[in-house]
Amino acid sequence: MDGLAHQIVAGIATGGIYAAVSLALVMIYQATHHVNFAQGEMATLSTFIAWSMIEAGIPYWVAFFATIAISFVIGAAVERLLMRPVQNAPVLTHVGVFIGLLLIVGNATGWIFGYTTKLFPTPFESDKPLLGGLVSAHELGSTAVTLAVLSLVYLFFRHTRLGLAMRAAAYNPRSARLVGIRVGWMLALGWGLAAAIGAVAGMMVAPVVFLDPTMMLGILLYAFAGALLGGIDNPSGAVIGGFAVGVLENLAGAYVVGTELKLTVALAIIIGVLVVKPSGLFGRVVMSRV
Amino acid sequence: MSATDRIALPLRRPATALAAWQRSALVLAGLAAALAPLWLLESFHLFQLTMAVIMALAVLGLNIVTGYNGQISLGHGAFFAVGAYATAILMSHLDWSFWATLPVSAVVCGLIGYGVGFPALRLGGLYLALTTFSLAVAVPQILKHKSIEGWTGGVQGLFLVKPDPPAFLPLTPDQWMYCMALIVSSVCFLLAWNLIRGRIGRALMATRDHPIAAEAMGMDIAALKTQAFAVSAMITGLAGSLSAVAVEYVAPDSFSFALSINLFVGMVVGGVASILGSLFGGLFVLFVPNIAEAISKAAPGVIYGVILIAFLFLLPDGFAGLLRRLAARLRRASP
Repeated sequence: MDGLAHQIVAGIATGGIYAAVSLALVMIYQATHHVNFAQGEMATLSTFIAWSMIEAGIPYWVAFFATIAISFVIGAAVERLLMRPVQNAPVLTHVGVFIGLLLIVGNATGWIFGYTTKLFPTPFESDKPLLGGLVSAHELGSTAVTLAVLSLVYLFFRHTRLGLAMRAAAYNPRSARLVGIRVGWMLALGWGLAAAIGAVAGMMVAPVVFLDPTMMLGILLYAFAGALLGGIDNPSGAVIGGFAVGVLENLAGAYVVGTELKLTVALAIIIGVLVVKPSGLFGRVVMSRV
Repeated sequence: MSATDRIALPLRRPATALAAWQRSALVLAGLAAALAPLWLLESFHLFQLTMAVIMALAVLGLNIVTGYNGQISLGHGAFFAVGAYATAILMSHLDWSFWATLPVSAVVCGLIGYGVGFPALRLGGLYLALTTFSLAVAVPQILKHKSIEGWTGGVQGLFLVKPDPPAFLPLTPDQWMYCMALIVSSVCFLLAWNLIRGRIGRALMATRDHPIAAEAMGMDIAALKTQAFAVSAMITGLAGSLSAVAVEYVAPDSFSFALSINLFVGMVVGGVASILGSLFGGLFVLFVPNIAEAISKAAPGVIYGVILIAFLFLLPDGFAGLLRRLAARLRRASP
């Protein structure tokens, strides 16, 4: 019974990471109608930037916020330089650019920082066992950080003028432009935000899985599974979906299929949701007008 | 007869219709060019060329569903793997001959492709790409799994032996392998060419370009899309079968998601929705990583990505499109 409880708690901790990336996917989808395949690779690069700063002796939290800022700039720059020229091109071109980005960022990270696994520090150290030894300080801390990010993003989109402008730009670009919203910059902002959220997720997951250039490969897929499970157009659904996928993945890994088939669980969730309930648990059923 | 038969536009003859003798001369020249490497190249380079032909076939499969039907797949490495394993299992466990495994591999891949086509109906564009991508990532894990280890050989994979050439041909097994790849690929290219030029091909493209109009004209979109996936998986699976015997070895890690991405890059660089482009795509997939490694040993992947983005920005219709435009310019220059 203890084992089961521990698996569930550990699942919630990894689920928090998936929830953050799921939320990034849904938010960016809502704000730009893009799904950045290189999200994981960009997050890994951000984590390496944080690692170099910490290695250079900069305190953790300074490095943490500096990395978020740098990631935001990188994300926005990528949108300006790579996505803008192909804005009106077919989806196939977008997918091609994402794949190109994935190859470039992923391999450049390995090229610059090397492929050896590195230790990434956690800011949440504790000697005392928490909740009767069920949960480590890092698991608790990273879940808290994830939840904080999620609520910040939620508040930003719901209760600020800029968040409203971003939603308007995605919902109806032409009308948004007519009322004076700079749609192009809203897209860049969306990309920057996604990169920043990805960076937080990367820094939170790195102490658990250790830092190496391929660390985030699976996470994008779990996050996508989570987003679909919760409903791809529903931010809070995506968060719940992300947590659910984390728990499911951990339980399935421990009791059903074994750790080596964990990624297949993500595939099964994706296909299962699409076949049985394509709008997800909390999504809106989309009707299109012919 | 359905309505589409009567209203379909007649195919336009190309501006430069070739006379019969010119066409046969072209075919003969092509045949000579395809067979010349048998005697000109020594075995390693012949092997590379064999693999390039096989990759071209795999890219052709991807092009049918993604290029002509507009359903973006980043998971065709999975079908390639299934084809390779079907052939390897039948040859090493059951001692089948290579040719006998081909129909089985095609049917298995076709069925799986048909199955993948169904969830694909629910999604468009980016989401389909992500779903197929997760298929590509999951396949090596599934192949390694313990429950099927008896058949797949687990992490170690399976070894098999190239078929011997028939006694009446004075060829080495390597040369015969090249011939087999050439025969299977030529047949598939010819079939694909006919499929795309005909009614079904136009229906596929209509579904891609304007699904609502296509449906209004009586095309069964769901059937077309799932069948396109099946045919495409079949062709890529056959390429996998060929690669299993050409390499004489299959293992889960040769079919990582990098393979699927390579096929996609090959398709974009060769030319999306172009039969000829698939051929260039195959050559690109096999030879460019080597050249990239010569430029910078550290990061061929970076160069690969840069080439991909450069093509999308500068030559979105790929190498085949470039040739087409050059040919059009030449024709205008010399009336």
